[in-house]
Amino acid sequence: MTISPLTRTVERSLPSSLAGGYIEFIQQILSELLEFGWRQHDLFGVQMALEETISNGIRHGNKEDPSKRVHVQCQLSPNRFWARIRDEGKGFLPGSVPDCCAVENLEAPGGRGLALIRGFMTKVSYNECGNCITLEKLLNAEDTGASNSRTASPPPK
Amino acid sequence: MSRHRHIAITESANISVVQFTDSKIIDSETILELGQELFDLIETDQRKKIVLNFSHVEFLSSAALGKLITFDKKAKRANAELIMTNISPEIFQVFAITNLDKLFQIKDSEADALAVL
Repeated sequence: MTISPLTRTVERSLPSSLAGGYIEFIQQILSELLEFGWRQHDLFGVQMALEETISNGIRHGNKEDPSKRVHVQCQLSPNRFWARIRDEGKGFLPGSVPDCCAVENLEAPGGRGLALIRGFMTKVSYNECGNCITLEKLLNAEDTGASNSRTASPPPK
Repeated sequence: MSRHRHIAITESANISVVQFTDSKIIDSETILELGQELFDLIETDQRKKIVLNFSHVEFLSSAALGKLITFDKKAKRANAELIMTNISPEIFQVFAITNLDKLFQIKDSEADALAVL
């Protein structure tokens, strides 16, 4: 697909606190996408993916260690959202997380963040050690769910 | 003064209709308090018929889903009936992605829920 020339880049280093600072950052991203004409339904998916990845990085990656940061890089355009979120933790193996959607796990209270990230994004990938996730949502892609195994592409030059 | 900060309850016959008062259920303190307020409906108040109305809810995180799952589990264990209603298409998509639409009892509207309780 063609990458819009209107692409805007936002980078931020966030503290490892769930107290709310990162929520304002997500609101900033949503406001910028809204200015690009994104609809509420699509903004919901972006909000969900950013909320789950950043809070996972703070909680599970950095273990809320105040000396560590969560690094977020976003590229925004009228038809594409791309983000790379890296924490300073040891990482994890995405395949080791139990499938929360399996019938036998439905009543387990945790572990749904990864399923939601995959569900709302067009493409999701991880680095080798699992402390960095890359997200991409294309507005003209087919709806969520069918193409989640694809690897997210690198940021445009 | 009400002991509830995150829900509002109205009684209809012997049915408790519970509205969320927050439109975005995200931050950890809100989720913790909300969870406790919901659990108290079962554990303290011993309510047996509950309609949980999502009409004010625009967004909720996976941590909030965890509280809903625990609430649903507590209700089933106490033989209480819990029906969730007025769920926006986006929140319903959250339930569908995580298969929770198969775990929770869901109706379109409060009236639909009241009709079967």
